[in-house]
Amino acid sequence: MVRAGHTLNHMVQCINPPLDLSFAALSDATRRGIIDQLGRGDASITSLADQFRMTLTGMKKHIQVLERAGLVITRKVGRVRTCALGKRGLAAEAEWIETHRKLFEARFDALDEIISEMKREESDDSAR
Amino acid sequence: MTQHGDNPTSVERRGDRELVVTRTFDAPPSVVYRAWSQPELFRRWWMPKSVPGISLVSCELDVRTGGKYRLEFAAGGSDTMAFYGKYIEVVPNERIVWTNDEGEEGAITTVTFQDLGGKTLLTFHEAYPSKEALEEALQGSAAALPEQLAQLGDLLAGTGDLP
Repeated sequence: MVRAGHTLNHMVQCINPPLDLSFAALSDATRRGIIDQLGRGDASITSLADQFRMTLTGMKKHIQVLERAGLVITRKVGRVRTCALGKRGLAAEAEWIETHRKLFEARFDALDEIISEMKREESDDSAR
Repeated sequence: MTQHGDNPTSVERRGDRELVVTRTFDAPPSVVYRAWSQPELFRRWWMPKSVPGISLVSCELDVRTGGKYRLEFAAGGSDTMAFYGKYIEVVPNERIVWTNDEGEEGAITTVTFQDLGGKTLLTFHEAYPSKEALEEALQGSAAALPEQLAQLGDLLAGTGDLP
């Protein structure tokens, strides 16, 4: 019962991970560290717990949050649960950041132009 | 013209409740500060023409500690969106701190101008009162501005070079 519900939820979220969940998941420094680490290669929960110097239970909780957000996927082989990046979630987060980066870049490019203009005026003034 | 690769604008989340944008400008802090604190200069770049679809229709800035600001944007149609708040700390050429009062639990925005020997490292920093407030703002802005943001993303994607 519980497992079926969990699997269904998990599936739905993997298909369409809600953005707010991925922001919540990425708001924690340890979880961002886990994402960085998984970007370099898949890892077991045990090795992640070792690397981040935390208990297995603590790491499992972080992984659950990331998994619910669709940012990480896990699979169990024998007794080892391996974690990997969930690409879809990362793409959504990246897209949000990218939109904001572009807005600020457009602003700051325009600001750059104005600053050049101000500097020219200042040097004209001082040349006078 | 600015080479994006040499002068990147960085945007990142820091911690639970902060958003940080940084960029270096080739002018001393006194010049960059003026462009932020004089309304007639500020209004020329805050919503630049290279961002089509949204325009700044009014801009009142009283940049001094305790002063107020109010910005109104139009995104086509007759409706405008207003953003307003108060400057809670202003140190000329160094920092400007303001509130964002258009919503509940608004962020505190801090802009600092750091002198890098004739250049300026600008840091734009938004701190929300709580993690939940930041998440709500991210959701809220996405929900309130879906068209604008999508439009912005599309248009900017197509305008890597200035027109």
